[in-house]
Amino acid sequence: MEILLNGDPHSIEQSCTIESLIVKLELDGKFAIEINKNIIPRSEYPNTRIHAGDNIEIVNAIGGG
Amino acid sequence: MPNSSTDALSIAGVDYSSRLLVGTGKYKDMDETKNAIETSGAQIVTVAIRRSNIGQNKEEPNLLEVIPPDKYTILPNTAGCYDAESAVRTCRLARELLDGHDLVKLEVLGDEKTLFPDIPQTLDAAKQLTDDGFKVMVYTTDDPIMAKRFEEMGCVAVMPLAAPIGSGLGIRNPYNIRTIVENANVPILVDAGVGTASDAAIAMELGCDGVLMNTAIAEAKNPVLMASAMKKAIEAGREAYLAGRMPRRAYASASSPIDGHFF
Repeated sequence: MEILLNGDPHSIEQSCTIESLIVKLELDGKFAIEINKNIIPRSEYPNTRIHAGDNIEIVNAIGGG
Repeated sequence: MPNSSTDALSIAGVDYSSRLLVGTGKYKDMDETKNAIETSGAQIVTVAIRRSNIGQNKEEPNLLEVIPPDKYTILPNTAGCYDAESAVRTCRLARELLDGHDLVKLEVLGDEKTLFPDIPQTLDAAKQLTDDGFKVMVYTTDDPIMAKRFEEMGCVAVMPLAAPIGSGLGIRNPYNIRTIVENANVPILVDAGVGTASDAAIAMELGCDGVLMNTAIAEAKNPVLMASAMKKAIEAGREAYLAGRMPRRAYASASSPIDGHFF
């Protein structure tokens, strides 16, 4: 199914969770995640299912003033 | 004599011995970032919140490994936000990212040319954030009335610009900065505009509680050396402020006594 990931179209398997998306993307370090502008607490990653058309933002800290 | 243990900068109930706050943008690489920040002696360090590069730069170290949150107070900023909604959203993401850490630097910008703050949007965002339990350090214009408004809303520090962000033009309106300091019951930090060490010293001599800077260090030919200079300038300016400068006179006043003159 199709989702928007950081503003770009992205294909993932049906009934994927945030946890499995993180594994698939090989994300490490510290990040935070929003689905459709709602923040998903880290503890909820395994229980949060992604639906077709979801708008997912994954952010981290970078250099800034 | 005041020293770092008796003359702490207190922000949201936490005491800091350094009055220099630094950003982490515009450095050549992570090594330079780390060296400059360590040399500056800063304890509060700003970061930006941006989309992760999915599937890229796997080898590049994460910024939070270079400036670990157990060693520094991380101050997420809302740089690049032009409305209250995106600034509030950024702060909430930052709080999740940093495990509930709720000290933030709020800046809501008005336009790309000046990077001046949009004050109505900043007020709106500051209200939402303080209501939501955030400790807000707010970037604003050098307007004493606005500075007071932000203090009254519960912002934990007010940070007027001295000149446009990244301009390096120095303290353009020292009289306004002084008025803001005189009226304030929360820390006042100059945020933006400092170009070199004397600018930082002037801000501190005016009575500011601290200075936040990024470009002045990062864009110096030798950023690590400039970080060292800024550390000294902040300390010198603070000590001069506490010492109380001599009055200005229109004419000379001899330093050597007249009595006992032998010719």
